[in-house]
Amino acid sequence: MKKNLLLSLLLLLSLTSLNTQASEQYTIDTRGMHAFITFKVKHLGYSWLQGRFNKFSGDFSYDANTPSKNKVNLTIDIGSIDSNHAERDKHLKSERFFDAKKFPKATFVSTGWKDLGDNKATLSGKFTLRGITKNIDIDVNQIGAGKDPWGGYRRGFEGTTTLHLSDYKMKEGNILGAVAENIEIWLSIEGVRK
Amino acid sequence: MSLVDNPQRFGLVSMLLHWSMAIIIIGLFVLGKYMVDLDYYSPWYKAAPDFHRSMGFIVALLLIIRLGWRLFSSQPTMSGKNWEKVTAAWAHRFFYVLILAIVVTGYLTTTADGHPVYVFDWFSLPATLSGIENQEDIAGATHEILTNTFIILVVIHVAAALKHHFLNHDTTLLRMLGRTASSPSHISHNPSKKEIS
Repeated sequence: MKKNLLLSLLLLLSLTSLNTQASEQYTIDTRGMHAFITFKVKHLGYSWLQGRFNKFSGDFSYDANTPSKNKVNLTIDIGSIDSNHAERDKHLKSERFFDAKKFPKATFVSTGWKDLGDNKATLSGKFTLRGITKNIDIDVNQIGAGKDPWGGYRRGFEGTTTLHLSDYKMKEGNILGAVAENIEIWLSIEGVRK
Repeated sequence: MSLVDNPQRFGLVSMLLHWSMAIIIIGLFVLGKYMVDLDYYSPWYKAAPDFHRSMGFIVALLLIIRLGWRLFSSQPTMSGKNWEKVTAAWAHRFFYVLILAIVVTGYLTTTADGHPVYVFDWFSLPATLSGIENQEDIAGATHEILTNTFIILVVIHVAAALKHHFLNHDTTLLRMLGRTASSPSHISHNPSKKEIS
């Protein structure tokens, strides 16, 4: 009797420990490029200028039972900025703005995930750009998850946040003025389960 | 069996290079024709091109080894009329140039947007030349034309080998299958035929 109790206790323990390992690991699908990092900023206050970063990589873990454990890592290649205008890209990459030679990568490392229900969440993390690290919050919306036709399992999110130009001390950031202070970020992230 | 070639026949290294490339390249041709018609929800839609690109890299590797090997290994003596020898020599050079051009155009198609090409899950090769207007279309179309040309050349190559074997009764085909002129072959059954006419 005592033995049985001990056994069932052990079983219960092992089950709970299994539960804690339920987080799924995903690689962001940059190989098939089902992920996008875009920004938009006002041009003179008259229109939106949109661009994106073409090269980046990252991964995330997803735990449906304990969403607070979700983690996201992202590294962006600043040199891959693409605003569909070569000379503007050159200008943006120069030391006057991003200084891509000195700071070739931007990174995001998550510090928290707050589940808001209805597939919504707030993702907090440390974002580093031009060597300057800021805590930012990203509004996350899970789009969907499931098997793909090629034997894999995928999960996808979109995220939006607003960055502030003045935070990153770009040499000529001020010249653009207040209209360019807010930079709207939209991310679409599809991960393939490892 | 000797590793290196001698005047009578090809050695093991040359034969392995020849036959492995023959199988892989013809396989890649068939796979290429097959995979471009797959629909998006086919289970092979992702795996087939992944495998095709990776094997393309293997072909490039084998070609480099083969060209290197040719530099260090002597070639068996060619049989046939003088014009046949000259044609064969140029056909072989054309083969090598075509393989190289096919591999390069394949690479340029995949990397046209500046993204790397993945070789199995081993490693990735970065893009070098990218961003040319319509690069993926131009490189892709060239890749197709070159591969079709290549396969026509393969058919001629096989026909020539069979002609040597069945009509000329010489060892052109056999020496790529590990047989030598001196070993008992059906040449001895046709003593009237001269090996070099």
